[in-house]
Amino acid sequence: MKKTWLQMGMPITLEIVDKNSSENDFLLVKSYFSYIDKTFSTYKKNSEISKINSGKLNKENYSSDMKKIFKIAEETKKITDGYFDIRKNSFLDPSGIVKGWAIYNASKILKKRGFKNFYIDIGGDIEVVGKNNSKKWKIGIRNPFNRGENIKILSLSNNGVATSGTSIRGQHIYNPHQPESTIKDVISLTVIGPNIYEADRFATAAFAMGKSGINFIEKFEGFEGYMIDSNGIATFTSNFGKFVD
Amino acid sequence: MKKILLSTFIIISFVLYSIIHNKPANILPSNPSVGGSMMNNNMPQGSMMTYKDGVYTGDSADAYYGIVQVKAIITGGKISDIVFLQVPSDLGHTNEVTQYATPILKQEAIQVQSTHVDIVSGATDTSQAFIQSLSSALKQAQI
Repeated sequence: MKKTWLQMGMPITLEIVDKNSSENDFLLVKSYFSYIDKTFSTYKKNSEISKINSGKLNKENYSSDMKKIFKIAEETKKITDGYFDIRKNSFLDPSGIVKGWAIYNASKILKKRGFKNFYIDIGGDIEVVGKNNSKKWKIGIRNPFNRGENIKILSLSNNGVATSGTSIRGQHIYNPHQPESTIKDVISLTVIGPNIYEADRFATAAFAMGKSGINFIEKFEGFEGYMIDSNGIATFTSNFGKFVD
Repeated sequence: MKKILLSTFIIISFVLYSIIHNKPANILPSNPSVGGSMMNNNMPQGSMMTYKDGVYTGDSADAYYGIVQVKAIITGGKISDIVFLQVPSDLGHTNEVTQYATPILKQEAIQVQSTHVDIVSGATDTSQAFIQSLSSALKQAQI
């Protein structure tokens, strides 16, 4: 069963290949994302994160998930030398880490229910589990210069893929080391990792590093990257080829 | 890490020097009876490198994060001193970048693929921001 719907301001697709899926399984995932949105959306005035940002919530009253996210954010900030930072001036925005983490948690919910072959896609951040009718999942990397095209085909199973990039509406990645600058040169960076939670946070941080971001990904075992610059030239990590169809 | 880079540039500079002056880069233990004028016959057997005394300026090398150039002073057939003529100017930045210095990664021009895919990974469209902005604008427009 496969469904696509709009939630958290983004298109979400869940496809379960296993034969015994039902409406209830999709509802379960939807309600989990609803909870995530209510807690972490900076666009919702009464979300927990908005209350924290407007000073209406004390540290001791943070939910356990909020505490978890802050802890993950701190660890990620350390590994990435501060390039991953949820603090933008005096404003906290953990969306760079929440999305991947939420997808990963949703996949764990489905695994607990016994599903072995499915994928969850939220706005291009994807967790693939198992196979698509005995074949690895085929994932296209979108052409950053033409939305209707793919410029690379990946073949994955039990991985997460995240792509950070500039959108046609402008730069949305913030470089904490140079808050005034906008990210030039690198148009798109795709990171493949053991799961979407890891891939997402590294893609966000590496994109903020500009052209050296791909070298950062190269450092880490189990992560591969494909970076596209404004000239349409791609730079990729040493073992990226093993994921190419 | 810096020492490894320094050694690499010294070696590169010497190799470049040797090539330019049409002499073999002698980095293996060599037989002192072979090779002619470049060899100092008083050097002990099995010495790794033997050179002509003097002061030699290496070529500028692009170290990815800046330019490096060294000058080597040879005394008694051996390196007696190495002088940096050019270093990357911002050493703080150098330290930060050398953490990520790696072998040069492969590159390719992107090519459109026509194969069918199950899913597409691309940068998120932040449509929520668009909706937010539009609705606040429309609120102001309300009579």
